[in-house]
Amino acid sequence: MGGLEGSALAPADASPFGLSGPLLHGVLLAITLATFAWILRRRIELLRLGAPDPRFDRLGERLKALLVVGFGQARQPRYPVAGTLHILVFAGFLILLLRSLTLLGEGFVPGFALPGLGGAAGEVYAALKDWTALVVLASCAVLAWRRVVVKPARFHDRHALRSHGAEAYAILGLISLLMLADALYEGSAMAREGGRTVALPLASLVALALGTSSAGTLDALHLSAFWLHNVALCFFACYLPVSKHFHVITALPNVFFSKLPPPGRVKPVQHGLAAGAEPERYGVRALEDFTWKHLLDFYSCTDCGRCSDACPSYNTGTALSPRMISVKCRDEAYVTHPVFGRASQGERPALVGGLIRDEELWACTTCGACEETCPVTIEYVDKIVDMRRTLVEEGRVPAGMQKALADVEKRGNPYGKLARKRGEWIQGGGEGCGVRLLDEGDSATLMWFTDSATAFDPRIQEVGRALGRVLAWAGQDVGTLGADEVDSGHEVRRVGEEGLFEVLRDTNREALGARSFERVITSDPHAFNALRNDYELDKPVLHHSQVLAELVAAGKLTLGPLDDGRTYTFHDPCYLGRHNGEYEAPRRVLDAIPGLRRVEMERSQERSFCCGGGSLYLFHESEGEERMGVKRVSMAEAAGAEVIVTACPFCLINFEDALKTTGRADRMEVVDLAELVARAAGARSREKPAEG
Amino acid sequence: MDIVVCVKRVPDLSEAELAIDRRSKRLDVSDLEAGINEWDNFAVEAAVRLKEAHGGKVTAVTVGDEEAEDVLRRALAMGADEALHVSDQAFADADPWLVANALCKALQGRPFDLVLCGAISSDGTSGHVGGMLAALLDVPQVALATALEVKGRKALVRHEVEGGLEREVELDLPALVTVQTGINEPRYVSVRGIRKVAEVEIPVKSAGELGLAAERRVRLEEMFLPPSGAGAEILEGDTDEVVGKLVERLRERGGL
Amino acid sequence: MARILVIAERVKGRIDDSAWELLTAARALAGEGGKTAAGLLGSDLAALATELARGFDEVFVFDDPRLAQPDAEADGAALRALLERERFDALLAPHTNCMIDTMPALAVRLGAPLLADCVELEWRDGQLCGVRTVYGGKVHARVSAAKSERGYMATVRGGAFPAAMPGSVAGAVRAEHLPEGFAPRRRSLRTLEPEAGAVDISAAERLVAVGRGIEAQENLALVEKLAQALGAELCASRPVVDKGWLSKSRQVGTSGVSVKPKLYLAVGISGSFQHMGGIKGAPYLVAINKDRSAPIFGVADVGIVGDLFEVVPALEAAVRKARG
Repeated sequence: MGGLEGSALAPADASPFGLSGPLLHGVLLAITLATFAWILRRRIELLRLGAPDPRFDRLGERLKALLVVGFGQARQPRYPVAGTLHILVFAGFLILLLRSLTLLGEGFVPGFALPGLGGAAGEVYAALKDWTALVVLASCAVLAWRRVVVKPARFHDRHALRSHGAEAYAILGLISLLMLADALYEGSAMAREGGRTVALPLASLVALALGTSSAGTLDALHLSAFWLHNVALCFFACYLPVSKHFHVITALPNVFFSKLPPPGRVKPVQHGLAAGAEPERYGVRALEDFTWKHLLDFYSCTDCGRCSDACPSYNTGTALSPRMISVKCRDEAYVTHPVFGRASQGERPALVGGLIRDEELWACTTCGACEETCPVTIEYVDKIVDMRRTLVEEGRVPAGMQKALADVEKRGNPYGKLARKRGEWIQGGGEGCGVRLLDEGDSATLMWFTDSATAFDPRIQEVGRALGRVLAWAGQDVGTLGADEVDSGHEVRRVGEEGLFEVLRDTNREALGARSFERVITSDPHAFNALRNDYELDKPVLHHSQVLAELVAAGKLTLGPLDDGRTYTFHDPCYLGRHNGEYEAPRRVLDAIPGLRRVEMERSQERSFCCGGGSLYLFHESEGEERMGVKRVSMAEAAGAEVIVTACPFCLINFEDALKTTGRADRMEVVDLAELVARAAGARSREKPAEG
Repeated sequence: MDIVVCVKRVPDLSEAELAIDRRSKRLDVSDLEAGINEWDNFAVEAAVRLKEAHGGKVTAVTVGDEEAEDVLRRALAMGADEALHVSDQAFADADPWLVANALCKALQGRPFDLVLCGAISSDGTSGHVGGMLAALLDVPQVALATALEVKGRKALVRHEVEGGLEREVELDLPALVTVQTGINEPRYVSVRGIRKVAEVEIPVKSAGELGLAAERRVRLEEMFLPPSGAGAEILEGDTDEVVGKLVERLRERGGL
Repeated sequence: MARILVIAERVKGRIDDSAWELLTAARALAGEGGKTAAGLLGSDLAALATELARGFDEVFVFDDPRLAQPDAEADGAALRALLERERFDALLAPHTNCMIDTMPALAVRLGAPLLADCVELEWRDGQLCGVRTVYGGKVHARVSAAKSERGYMATVRGGAFPAAMPGSVAGAVRAEHLPEGFAPRRRSLRTLEPEAGAVDISAAERLVAVGRGIEAQENLALVEKLAQALGAELCASRPVVDKGWLSKSRQVGTSGVSVKPKLYLAVGISGSFQHMGGIKGAPYLVAINKDRSAPIFGVADVGIVGDLFEVVPALEAAVRKARG
């Protein structure tokens, strides 16, 4: 196993083409650094044109996110194969960073070692590095194979204008090239000096292959491999910020600056604007209207397609693909703010309406599945809302939605029902349900903000009365605003009608301010999110599932068995679960019903699949081939559920519709959590009234 | 192009429980919100689109009480450049003839290429104001347009005729066109949009200031709710029962 | 006694029913010893004029190729010439798209008061009075025309008066000519034919009508099957056609096709007057709607208040079974 005589020629000692190695190397580095700095500068210039965005608060949480999602790659394993491969390559990247720096050093100083990596530590690192390189190389091979042979559907977007596949192959090629060049560098030295060992598998393999070469050949290979590696590395560094692999540089900062919980909060028209002041720009019309963080998002998109894979709208055949919004904006940014040359003055299509079509923006239900799954925490909802603000400003709103908005403005509800009838649901069905109508100056312990669906939709009024009865049995003192309440404006805000939202919010805040109560309860997750995150009330806001869970835990509600032998599943509403992190309370309630058999659907909790109710979807034509509700109901059936339990009026309506139109209504049922609790508590609690 | 669009503020009767006020013998609209007549909304959109395509100015006009100013502001928010408000006690219960005369006087001295009106109003539902105004202005007219284009000094109009058919006609400008719903998709007017035009001056003219001498030709004596007939026989029972009963009825009448 | 002129409309080359309905109104207004007259405009009208003469005492015919297509400017000019020469006490026209186009301008030029969309008409002290509908048909208004030396005009709602039976005595047919210097200010370019393959529902005896309550295009299949089971044609209200779910040739209403079926089954239709205005005659009207307060229940013969997604399939099955 001995090598040939002498040791490998160190690159720092060599003089390629008669020029000093270190000098050439210095020139290479200088060019690279200058180019890289120039590119980065141009990229940062665009960020500075963006709107303000306060992302330097809550540093502790940010660091945690960086560690867990960034370095910890916490979102990757959701797609086990791709996720594992990425983690391997990412980890490999970090480990090999030290190697790259070492090799750069070797261009100037023979046998250069980073401080702390000399001697024994260096040998350990060398082994680590070599095994890592082998793993990375193997991963690249698998990744390439997946692209060429397996072709997962997620890779190609239905709405893609052009394929970015070439960039993927380029990067796999480059990474592989770096691994191989380094292996050749090491291997050629090893063939010269000996020392093949299993601790250095890649280098040893190369050394084995080169076994019979002459010293001169090995030296030549050694030197060439070195230069190949370093040139490739320098090219790699400069290639990143002009391709979809910019994320290699921006992903970790992007995660650090990510939107902190609760995700249900929507971006105001302009951050940091004093109340009553006019914003500089209203909504996003052009690229520069996005905030700097949103522009950083565009840089950070890896075009992985997980967002669109999770998107219920994309999955029902609409014009929307969240990924394409990022990709299109990123490509547009590269074209209009190029690295070399002036920002393009020519005719570019408008961003909103041209590059990104109206239908794409209206097809979003703001469910947040895209943001929740993105490995680099790119945000979408705020951007879509910002772009919708422009559409609203320009009057480009679908007709059905216009009617709903006009009805909200005139009558305080999107159904067009008379405002003065808003409190009448309480008495419907003959008997009252224990809920009081509060006039100004009145008080109650719990203030129930019903929002429009419970107040006016006959099916949801039933749910409301069931909840009222349950709360009464549990001895709760509950009041509502009655006809002084108007729509929470949650959807109004998210379809971009900020002006109308402000009017609604102010009306409701005034009505709430005129009454006294300890806590606010809602039966609608949209109202829950609005009051909790948009309204800035000074009282706690709860969803009825949380209140019911409390009551059950405190023994104020005793639930009896249902004895129907059916299998139940809980559907997590987007605005209770994903947007506000409440997954447990409804499950605790269900599990408190003796003998209730519960299963989880494939996409549950933070991966729940939207019912299709957000953004006033019920009021304007869905352009998809299929309804989201139909898809979700199929998932419930596939999980073996016969009863779908919901905690949101839109989910209930959408699923009941879906059961009817797909002919499942005879064997499956949808029921709200409150109704189920009423069934379970009904017999029990009527015998024995709870103590207040 | 100078375009005039006539708009009207009408009550929103959807879901309302209708009642006739005993003293005034008119429909009690005090409890109802009002807004722009749906046909007129399409007319405003059509006017603004023509202006955007051909340049020029859009003037919105209404004959109505104080509150009718709302619909003028809405037209401004949609893109109209000016507004004119004709308001007078004398116009209470105005018939189409009086309204048309008031509009004609309001437009005196104002050159125009095109006048657009909604084909009918949801309250009066006569559909006659447009045609009368055209005759008073002595311009060619066409009613119930479903498509409208202007080429040079000609208006090309597609309009509804009988039997579900449509006809394409050509008029020389200046002309008057009444507009049917569905001719376009009107743009949305946001709350912010209205705020932006809140300060625009809207001149108000009374009948006297216009020199209006005409009197109504049709007098409204009283309104009353139509006698509700027996109405439908509502079948009771669960789905199978009502379906069975219906099939019986159909069989009896030879409908099967 | 009075002399009443009725504008007889032609639809698809035949005299429209409205002419006979207006004859009833005209006879009532003419009174004892009065005269009824019809005004007919178009070209190749000989047979139609004869038909009208079987009911009207006089028929004034403008038979001229320039009037082949109904055109408000041209028709208005023709009628004006006639009315300035002959003295009529009242002019009645059906309240249709074409007459909305024609009558207002004519009223201004003749200087006569014009009552719109009347369901009742009578004389009071020599002035024409009537009842008309306002607020989308939900409210009635009693109106009276101001005293006029130039006669009175009214458009009349379709179906408000029963069709008169033609008599056996033939009235006089008078040929009229277009005035000198006739230069209508509208040029007719073409009539848009309904799309090829479009169905003609105007003659269907049984119709199943679908409205906004159907909610989505994919749900039309449910109603189509019911129509098939009943041997009926499928038709729709305007919202369904506006969304493009069915072709315009199936739209029933004042903006669409007029139908005269024996059976009309309205599914998910609220019963707006614009839709109901397309239903002539007196069919057996069945309504299925989940809203108990929908106006259609006020005019239907029998109704089911329920969810159409449950009722329609059940009805289809029951019908198939009953028909064997």
